[in-house]
Order: sequence, then C-alpha cells, then structure tokens
Amino acid sequence: MAEPRATLARMIDKFVHSMADAMAGIADGSTILLGGFGDVGIPTALLDGLIEQGASDLTTVAVAGGRDGSAIERLLSPGRVRRLICSFVRPASLAGRLLQRGELEVEIVPQGTMAERMRAAGAGITGFYTPTGADTLLAEGRETREIGGRLCLLEYPLPGDVALIEAWCADRWGNLTYCDSTRNFNPVMAMAAKLTIAMTRHVAALGELPPETVVTPGIFVNRVLHVPL
Amino acid sequence: MEFSPLDRKGMAAWCARDIPEGWLVNLGIGFPTLVADFVPADREVIFHAENGVIGVGPAPEPDAVNPFLINASTTHVTLRTGGSYVHHADSFAIARGGHLDLCVLGAFEVAENGDVANWARSADEPVKQVGGAMDLAIGAQRLWVVMEHTTREGEPRIRQRCTYPLTAKGVVKRVYTNLAVLDVTPCGFVVRDILPE
Repeated sequence: MAEPRATLARMIDKFVHSMADAMAGIADGSTILLGGFGDVGIPTALLDGLIEQGASDLTTVAVAGGRDGSAIERLLSPGRVRRLICSFVRPASLAGRLLQRGELEVEIVPQGTMAERMRAAGAGITGFYTPTGADTLLAEGRETREIGGRLCLLEYPLPGDVALIEAWCADRWGNLTYCDSTRNFNPVMAMAAKLTIAMTRHVAALGELPPETVVTPGIFVNRVLHVPL
Repeated sequence: MEFSPLDRKGMAAWCARDIPEGWLVNLGIGFPTLVADFVPADREVIFHAENGVIGVGPAPEPDAVNPFLINASTTHVTLRTGGSYVHHADSFAIARGGHLDLCVLGAFEVAENGDVANWARSADEPVKQVGGAMDLAIGAQRLWVVMEHTTREGEPRIRQRCTYPLTAKGVVKRVYTNLAVLDVTPCGFVVRDILPE
C-alpha cells in the first residue's frame, strides 16, 4: 500500500543540477551582489551563467570594477550592467572606460562602508552613522551628524535581489565553508540578498561538515550548484 | 654634505624599525606592503589584510603558492602560524573599530594638521579609487604614511594644508619620506629623524 501522502518526507535539498536552474527567475533590473576580491572567491561560473541567462539593466555590487580580462568584465562588456556600486574603478579598465564614456553609472563607496551596508541589510539595521568618509567629498549633500565629538555620515543598507557567491564545500541544507581568503564578501552577501546562489567546489553529505566550521549557515542560501575545481 | 635620498626599500625599512612586537598592523596596498619585509621574522607583529586575513606571512616559495590566499594588493601570501580568516564586514570592523595598533598608508599629500589625501588628484576626476583607505584612516589607533618627500616635479607632498581631496581629517601621526621622519604634533610637523643618519 502506498504511504499516506502526509507522512512523505520532504527533504530540504538546495542543490540545483544545471546552470539554467541556478539562474532561473533572475529579472531584468535586479541588484546583483557579486562576491570575491581580486581573483579569489569570485563565482566566475555563475557570472557566465548569468550572462547566458540574459538578465539586463542590472545593478552590480562588487569590491571593484575589475581589471582588463577579469571576471566582472564578462558582465560589463555585453552592456548588461547599468549601474556599478564598488569601492574603486581603475581608469585603465573596461569599467573605467565605460564610466568616462557615460555608458556606466558608478557609485563609489568606501570598502568597509560597503561591507557594513550589506551586513546592515542582512541584519535588519535600517541605517547607521560612521566616521568613514564623513570629512570628504563623498559626504557632500548628505546627512552628517556629530556623535561623541566626531563627525559621522549616515549610511543606508545595501540589499541585493540576488547574491552570487563562491564556497568551498556545501551540503544539501546549503551550509557553506570557504577556503582561506576566498571568504571575503561572500558570507556578508549571502545574508543581504533575497536569493542567494552559491557555487561550491566540493559537496558533503548532511552532517559531514563539522558544525563549528560552517561559516554561512544554510538558512542564508537558496540554491547551490556544484562546480568542481 | 652629500647623501642619497632613500629608495622605497629604505623608507620601508625605516618604518619597519619602529613597529614593536605585539602590534596588529594593516599595511596599505602597493608601496606600504614592503614594510613587512623589513620586520624581522622573530618579532611577532600581526599583519592584517583588509580582505580578511589576520596574520599575513611572507610571500610563498614559487612552488608552494596557495591560489586561495592573497593580501589586499591581490598578491599571493602565506598565513603565519596562529593566523585566521574573517569575512569582509568583520575585517573592516577590525579597522573601523579601533582594533589596529597601526595602519601604514601611501599618500599624495599630508598636512601639518594631520589631514591626508591619497585617493583622488582632483574633485573632478571621473574615475575614483577609494578602496578601503577611508575606513582604515579613521579607524586605526595610529596612521603613519610612507611617501616620497616631493612629487617627481619637485612639488612638496608635505603641506600646511592638503590641496587634493581628503581621505580623512587630522589622523596622520607620523610620515616616513625619502629624506626624513616627521611627527605630526599640535604644533605642526616635528622632525624626528633626518638624513644623513
């Protein structure tokens, strides 16, 4: 006799088995949080998947505009990105040239403020004051306030519609570990987006990852794609 | 009296000499990263890199490069025994939260009131490169700057007031140039050391 429907176990399984499934539903106009620093911790395969998927008019949040030949340029070169939020753009890079030609909007945010704005988005903090940049051009026309004798600048959260991140090992609950300095922005972005898509280099059975080594608990992860090294 | 100005290695060594055991130190990208090479290996100084590395060690042997381990200049490094990793928000909490004993940055200009300019040459420059400098400058217990005394054209980088857009106000404590070591005091710059030694 068939098992009564109500008692069928429905396992949590965040693994998707194709790039198309990983990228499903990413809409035009989305804000994409893109993990990585330098060439380390960048979910390059997912970037390629996003280009294939076709979403455009994107706002992309990343540490920098990249060098010539770097992964983020794969997204910039087909003109999919309308606006880039980052901490620096090299003049001699595609992002620098697009900016100077007026083909890319760029918002420059101090790197620590950028990380904290995403942390705030994930943590439900609706704004915070920081001394970073309060005495600079970046504060022009914005709300500042003296707190504890120090001029501070009001910053708002920076949430994403989608986060694309790279992990080292994942289980089916989406628990993630990171290798060495690949951690960088990835855990913060995982918390700050409505849809977090991780590519992982290795797969573990549920229970195999020592709990104290999990850096991003699966509750912050929606989809995991296994992309072996 | 004849002498040669220091080269960048000489300036880095001058700065490294003054970093005591036990300090947590962030070195800015590019030139300041050299400072670590001149801190003796048996002096336990903990180097922090803004991309979340605590305890950055020397460059790896060419046949032992770990592709997943870089510093803020995106150069491959090693991790010292005792080192650890944090994510970017925690890494900048270390900087902003006053946990760094010292940050060493490069700069275009430093003024006698401790102002520092190191991210843009003019307000109208379309392409800007802030990186983590503003967070580091306002957060560290002390900010030291390593830079040449003048520009290639001979213009002073040591100023009464900065002429370039500021990174932060009133934060620099000391400057190491190719000619001198200058402390920033309430009375302005005070020469602490000068060539020839």
